[in-house]
Amino acid sequence: MEKSAVFKGKLLPYLLLVPQLVITLVFFYWPASQAVWQSFLREDAFGLNSEFIGLENYQALLAQPEYYKAMATTVVFSSLVAALSLSIALLFATQADKNLKAAPTFKVMMIWPYAVAPAVAGVLWLFIFHPTLGTMARPLRLMGFNWNPMLNGNHAMALVVMAAVWKQIAYNFLFFLAGLQAIPRSVLEAGAIDGAGPYRRFWTITFPLLSPTTFFLLVVNVVYVFFDTFGIIDAVTGGGPAGATTTLVYKVYADGRLGGDLGGSAAQSVILMVIVIALTAIQFRYVERKVQY
Amino acid sequence: MANVSLRSVRKTYPGGFEAIKGIDFEIGDGQFCVLVGPSGCGKSTLLRMVAGLETVTSGEVDIGGRVVNEIEPADRDIAMVFQNYALYPHMSVYNNMAYGLRNRGMPKPEIDTRVREAAQTLELAGMLDRKPRQLSGGQRQRVAMGRAIVRQPKVFLFDEPLSNLDAKLRVAMRVEIRKLQRRLKTTSIYVTHDQLEAMTLADILVVMNGGQVEQIGSPLDIYRKPATTFVASFIGAPPMNLIKLSGDEIRTQFAGDSRSAAEAGILGVRPEDLAISGEATAGGGITLNLTVEAIERVGAETFVYGTRARAEKAVSATPGELPEGEVIVRIPGQDAPAIGASIRASAPRDKLHLFSADGRNRIDI
Repeated sequence: MEKSAVFKGKLLPYLLLVPQLVITLVFFYWPASQAVWQSFLREDAFGLNSEFIGLENYQALLAQPEYYKAMATTVVFSSLVAALSLSIALLFATQADKNLKAAPTFKVMMIWPYAVAPAVAGVLWLFIFHPTLGTMARPLRLMGFNWNPMLNGNHAMALVVMAAVWKQIAYNFLFFLAGLQAIPRSVLEAGAIDGAGPYRRFWTITFPLLSPTTFFLLVVNVVYVFFDTFGIIDAVTGGGPAGATTTLVYKVYADGRLGGDLGGSAAQSVILMVIVIALTAIQFRYVERKVQY
Repeated sequence: MANVSLRSVRKTYPGGFEAIKGIDFEIGDGQFCVLVGPSGCGKSTLLRMVAGLETVTSGEVDIGGRVVNEIEPADRDIAMVFQNYALYPHMSVYNNMAYGLRNRGMPKPEIDTRVREAAQTLELAGMLDRKPRQLSGGQRQRVAMGRAIVRQPKVFLFDEPLSNLDAKLRVAMRVEIRKLQRRLKTTSIYVTHDQLEAMTLADILVVMNGGQVEQIGSPLDIYRKPATTFVASFIGAPPMNLIKLSGDEIRTQFAGDSRSAAEAGILGVRPEDLAISGEATAGGGITLNLTVEAIERVGAETFVYGTRARAEKAVSATPGELPEGEVIVRIPGQDAPAIGASIRASAPRDKLHLFSADGRNRIDI
């Protein structure tokens, strides 16, 4: 057994906790409480005075059809990004896990996109797929496909999904690869001797054994799509065309910073926060139970 | 039921390392073959080549009259028990055993019969719904066995299956494996580095070293007539005493014995064949003058470690097995000479082994 050091005194444990608590307080509880307080206020556009109006911001918000549209957009966007980035990353990780000569190079190349800032990633993809400047836009149009993410909402959605997926694959890839490498080789060899082909081996042995990793990534990815994709959307489409790529987090920004409605924006961010907390709680409570083995 | 034959099997890794340097032997139907050797001797690699988990660089692996070099592990009709058991951690004991049968499309009722039968045999009947992590080491080991026997394969392959168990359980499982194999009469290949396991389990014992076979035979034949000093010191515990002899000693001791005795350079004598006595044995045996260095009493017997009083040195075939000049004498009971005492240990002529000076050849006297 490892020996554990015991410190006397009541103060030390609290002192040790202080740095973490200070960070959480300053960067989460304080802004979060500010947002909650703000959501009960109405402020004029110049920020000169504000009045307490209770739940009026929320009532106004829930009466807005645009708000429900942003919610639907978020659902579509986040399911597409989470599903695509998880499955593509898993595919790449299984390939990199094989004993190939190029595997180390492949792994390094895979990780690079993660180092690219979201906004930059967005701009990169915009360059490729810009309707007039983009290197891919011309071939697409030559093939008879009228590609225009500036006007067509579905095209715009496809573009931000691609950029967001591209960036997240690197992160998911790393975790999947580590998860795959933690599966004992002999278990897969036993499967091979037991007559399971590579495909069946993957679905009946590898995939179930990876489920803790998959679950963890699912939670992380959902949070990623809800918040971190803001930069991509802002750089690529600015929420357009006609709000087709305005997700909840983008609407918070658009209404608050661009629209000047700080109270309404704060109300949105409170709702967003509640949604994410609820989603994470649900995932932990129900999904995690199934991944135990 | 099948024979297994290996014909000049070689394995060279891409880096150029030769793990298996040409191995030939045949295992008859229903026989229990044990591959034994120190770690790194290639025994596990050889087993994995039979299983199909390693490719064969050259030569032929033949199972039941069919060359299987290019055949997938699944289609070789073999079952393997791994050192770490390799159970599927997310499946119940029942599903662990049923998995291989389901993959082969066996009808459900038959799977059920076979799994329950195997569980009965292995005393796992009450644990079919448990997950591997809820089992003890010995129970996991039995599930791994169960997974192999439900398949009713032509050949069982065991890769050091007992090395993760504690000493007491290891002995019990060893006996169980032997009984089970006798009853099922399935040809088996078993890899171990434990010479006691090798001696007790094998019908045919294959002693390996450095990617080559040192000796093949029945365990007792190998014990009685080791072909090389490596085998002599590997089989039997404590190892055989190996003593380098000078040319003069050979001539005086074994003069006119055989044409090749003159080539001998190393004399071997097992600790259990030496007796402490006051006088030299008649008829050409040997007597060693020893100073007692250490005593090990293990109850039923006692090991006396001595160094030879004269200048001749004992040699060890593998470094570290026997320090230079040390001789072990195994005597029954607990009475032992005092440390520092001078004793005479002698062995009769028919208990002596002679090897060539390089230790590679046995010389019969």
